[in-house]
Amino acid sequence: MEHITTEVAKAAKPNLEVFSTTLQQLAAHDRDVVVVTSDSRGSGKLVPFGKKYPEQIVEIGIAEQNLVGVAAGLASTGKKTFAVSPACFLTARALEQIKNDVAYSDNAVKLIGISAGVSYGALGSTHHSLHDYAVLRAINNLTIVAPADNYETEQAILQASELGKPIYLRFGKKNMPLLTEDRANTFTLGKGRMIKAGKDLTFIATGETVYPALEAAGRLQRENGLDVSVVSMHTIKPLDTALLKERAEHTRAIITVEEHSVNGGLGEACAAYLLQNHHGKPFKIVGIPDEYTVTGSQVEILNHYGISETGLADTALALLNTIA
Amino acid sequence: MVESELIAKSKEYRQKILKYIVGANAGHTGGSLSCIDILNVLYNVVLNTRPENFASPDRDRYIQSKGHCVEALFVVLADKGFFPEEDLNTLCRYQSHYIGHPTRKVNGVEQNTGALGHGLPISVGTALAAKMDKRDYRVFTLLGDGELPEGSNWEAALTAAHYKLDNLCAILDKNSLQITGPTADVCNTDPVDEKFESFGWAVKHVDGHDLKAIKEAFESMPFEAGKPSLIIAHTVKGKGVSFMEHSVSWHHGVPNAEQYAQALEELSI
Ligand SMILES: Cc1ncc(C[n+]2csc(CCOP(=O)(O)OP(=O)(O)O)c2C)c(N)n1
Ligand SMILES: [Mg+2]
Repeated sequence: MEHITTEVAKAAKPNLEVFSTTLQQLAAHDRDVVVVTSDSRGSGKLVPFGKKYPEQIVEIGIAEQNLVGVAAGLASTGKKTFAVSPACFLTARALEQIKNDVAYSDNAVKLIGISAGVSYGALGSTHHSLHDYAVLRAINNLTIVAPADNYETEQAILQASELGKPIYLRFGKKNMPLLTEDRANTFTLGKGRMIKAGKDLTFIATGETVYPALEAAGRLQRENGLDVSVVSMHTIKPLDTALLKERAEHTRAIITVEEHSVNGGLGEACAAYLLQNHHGKPFKIVGIPDEYTVTGSQVEILNHYGISETGLADTALALLNTIA
Repeated sequence: MVESELIAKSKEYRQKILKYIVGANAGHTGGSLSCIDILNVLYNVVLNTRPENFASPDRDRYIQSKGHCVEALFVVLADKGFFPEEDLNTLCRYQSHYIGHPTRKVNGVEQNTGALGHGLPISVGTALAAKMDKRDYRVFTLLGDGELPEGSNWEAALTAAHYKLDNLCAILDKNSLQITGPTADVCNTDPVDEKFESFGWAVKHVDGHDLKAIKEAFESMPFEAGKPSLIIAHTVKGKGVSFMEHSVSWHHGVPNAEQYAQALEELSI
């Protein structure tokens, strides 16, 4: 699918902002594009959308279960419905609506989880979504996507809009630099993107953690002469097992990275595939451990748990040491 | 506490709310200022809850459903001696227990809130336990008006009336604003009094900044024997600071140095 926002390639913006501009361009050509919000249009960067397309935005108020139920009804009539709410509320509060009204009834709602992971920082665990991959992975008929950069975000929205199937997309708030300038390295739902090749170790990361993984790979090259590969596994379900297999065959170790609980997310999905298909490798899941999450800003929390350039480089060295 | 003392407390609390929001460079300014007079009366007149009896099963419970206005709660809890006020200098800092919503890691906080629409169901359960155990404590919960569309509120409202929980009092901070705009434009819940009455609640309206009226409303609880009580507190979001009043942008706006100085000046009059 071609770029409709050509500037996407240049600036490092929050993925959410790209989501909003992409949606406005879709809405301009298609009056069936409808956004549903739950007092969340500000955090979803959708105020300009609401001003431009007041007929294509439905405000529900603070009622996320209702939001998803209404979105399912809208989608059932063929409207391209985007239900937008903080990931924490969307995927916990409205989980039964997602399971039954969206996935099971096969209404092609595009569920947009905003300010995901620990984006809300010091607002604490009520506002964090460290469970969303886990709970949604256990629901049949739902694609799960965490775009890493502005390009992946734009493409994910465009492809989701045409998918005709239930899909969950998760976005954070911070500015995301482009992972690669290589235009040939395109984005397709369900296909991981190899951002950097390398034979010593592979980082399989998703969403906004791909960037620090890429930085860690650079650091390991500079400081340790290691040749480290980085994959943006933007689609967590269905998982690109062919790419996983290929990486297991061509690198010595695998580290998964996600802004999610270490339980039930990308890491465990990869582990389950690799082990059950006899591709066992030295393997480490980096995410938020199963504990009362440390308090602080998003950056402080991520640094605390080693989801950072230095933290990931240290984890890589430690893992490679075990097989030296 | 006599009325003049209560008035002085409200002033002091408002100044401190802003102080700690400025210190943390984060916070829910408008909604903290709209509910602080209610918290003032609750903690200084109504609740039997003290640091000394906080472990007692007979203490009154206060559960803040609109958890985002944590600064109002923390300032009052510090004043009542639940923790040293200087702890609030760590608000929202790395590894501090004083985060942007109430958590039980902080002494005096009953429940972890922040996701809206949870306070009323928990309060119903807590009040129901008092009935089961024949205890005299009462349960108070503060709801935001934007929060009301959460269905859990209405489910709990049914349960409260069904079990005749006249030891339960919900206070609605009706400041008429939420994040997107006026509550009436986002999802109208009016006439909210008639809705709760039809659900089996006894309802009173008060001026949510008239300390005497708030006190009298609490003192007349239960408004009707065998019914849960709802106080609809008509409030002003951002109350006390002219440029914050009735303004959506101060929902979680943080004053800059100049605005902070002006706010303090207005609040000291
Ligand atoms: C379940 C849930 N959905 C959304 C939010 C995000 N949120 C925090 S405050 C707020 C607006 C609340 O408005 P209101 O209840 O009127 O509070 P007040 O005006 O007193 O600040 C929203 C949408 C939340 N905290 N919880
Ligand atoms: Mg309000």
